[in-house]
Amino acid sequence: MTVFQKPRALADVPMHYCPGCTHGIVHRLVAQALDDLDLVGRTVGVAPVGCAVFAYNYFNCDMIQAAHGRAPAVATGLKRANPDSVVFTYQGDGDLAAIGTAETVQSAARGENITIIFINNAIYGMTGGQMAPTTLPGQVTQTSPYGRDVTRTGMPIRICEMLATLESPAYLERVSVDSIKNIRQAQKAIAKAFRCQAEGRGFSLVEVISSCPTNWGVSPAEALDWMREKMIPYYPLGVYRDKTEGGEQA
Amino acid sequence: MAEKVLMKGNEAVAEAAIQAGCLHYFGYPITPQTEIAAYMAKRMPKINGSFLQAESEIAAINMVLGAAAAGRRAMTSSSSPGVALKSEGLSYLAGCDLPAVVVNIQRGGPGLGGIQPSQADYFHATKGGGHGDFHMIVLAPSGVQEMFDLTGLAFDLADQYRVTSMLLSDGILGQMMEPVDLAAPPPRELPPKSWALTGTKGQRKPNIVNSLYMNPEDLERLVMERYERYAQIAAAETRWEEFLTEDADVVVVAYGALARVAKNAIAAARAQGIRAGLLRPITLWPFPKAALQALAGRAKAFVAAELSMGQMVEDIELAVRCARPVLRCNRTGGMVPTPEEVLQKLEEATA
Repeated sequence: MTVFQKPRALADVPMHYCPGCTHGIVHRLVAQALDDLDLVGRTVGVAPVGCAVFAYNYFNCDMIQAAHGRAPAVATGLKRANPDSVVFTYQGDGDLAAIGTAETVQSAARGENITIIFINNAIYGMTGGQMAPTTLPGQVTQTSPYGRDVTRTGMPIRICEMLATLESPAYLERVSVDSIKNIRQAQKAIAKAFRCQAEGRGFSLVEVISSCPTNWGVSPAEALDWMREKMIPYYPLGVYRDKTEGGEQA
Repeated sequence: MAEKVLMKGNEAVAEAAIQAGCLHYFGYPITPQTEIAAYMAKRMPKINGSFLQAESEIAAINMVLGAAAAGRRAMTSSSSPGVALKSEGLSYLAGCDLPAVVVNIQRGGPGLGGIQPSQADYFHATKGGGHGDFHMIVLAPSGVQEMFDLTGLAFDLADQYRVTSMLLSDGILGQMMEPVDLAAPPPRELPPKSWALTGTKGQRKPNIVNSLYMNPEDLERLVMERYERYAQIAAAETRWEEFLTEDADVVVVAYGALARVAKNAIAAARAQGIRAGLLRPITLWPFPKAALQALAGRAKAFVAAELSMGQMVEDIELAVRCARPVLRCNRTGGMVPTPEEVLQKLEEATA
């Protein structure tokens, strides 16, 4: 009896991610959701600019690679042109919350029927660890070498809370992949986001608190501790909007 | 002949796009092209198409990219400052080999410039339009009928060669009204869009639309292959009009609305005994180099007339290999020369 296997929606290729990086976990959760909901053959994924840029090689569905921050606009075009497709973007914090802020906010405000998987690891990964809009106060990065000075750079952006001020989004949840328990919750949230889209309910976004041991300069285990001790207190986990069937905030 | 309809240039573009099967329009308001968006906003819901006013020009071109990747005909339109913002998307469209149509109803620049007609985006349109090695097909209508005809052609050429076609027009042509014959262009046989992102339906391997290549050898090979396609376009799709060039001593080279001013100047010159003619590029890229080279064998001089400080003139000088003098006739900032101003250059060229 098979008790555990690779999701069919995940391509059988080696991933380029660093040891201890949580992208691999989140990729698996996305693929598992597409499998479970039987959506793979209808799905088009949009890869960002950033560490997940090669995501177009990692999923067994049609994929496109978007310009930095523009994934929600590309997803909008894909979805409007082919409303029967299931369209998701997979974006990091620099892509989604800095250069792509307008596309993020406006696609949410339109209630665009797409799903965004938002990886928040408080740093730019691909370019070697610069300050992100989600970098925590005092956090040392290549471009905040003395720690993020919030008197000069302001406080980190909380995307779920910000988008929850809008009327249109159908589903917003922040999850974490720091522990088995939280990964299980993340799995549920990602599946719910895709179901939300498949049912035509509108914009869904799952923010995933993630790690970057390489650019944080810590071991993978320490990175998981840092997510729990530093990130989750500032970025509280939970549902920020739920207009899905049986949702509390319809 | 079919009955003609009196239309604004901008409306003719929008109607042509719809007749060409473009059901997806994404745009952002900017003068003097807003009638295109207004027309689309009115028509698209009635024909099961999608009109979307994007949050920015950048978002609009990326929505076009998404719709094009889904295998659908898609278009955006704007005017100079807005088209500059689209540069990122134009480069990605080229890098992804996606067909799309972009309309530029030019206005004066640089900066916010003005809202009067201009041809000062020639460099932007013909020399790339974004970062990296690439070209767009650039079509330059000279009247409302051509606004209609060339928009339809733009979609066919984009699909045939998997490139972006840009309709490079200006505020005069966008705003003026003329009778238009709304006849469909002869159908072209176009390649199937087997690369489109329509979902695998479990029946094929995933399609990937991408412009990233970490191996420089791969990227170089792909760019070179793209340039072979550009060479095919140049060989098969270069278009121009010649007017009274057979015996011309002096040839005006002008496109768009200005070519009409030039025709008036040529008539006046002929009345004075100056043998003047006109070469009007219809495709600005590919540029009608060979036609100009041929004329350089007969004509004694050229006049490059432009609504800019002189951009196309560089291509004219290259085409005639500086073997003949090329005089310049430039107005800019939204100003348009009178036929007399062009005539003066013709007199100068033949003095």
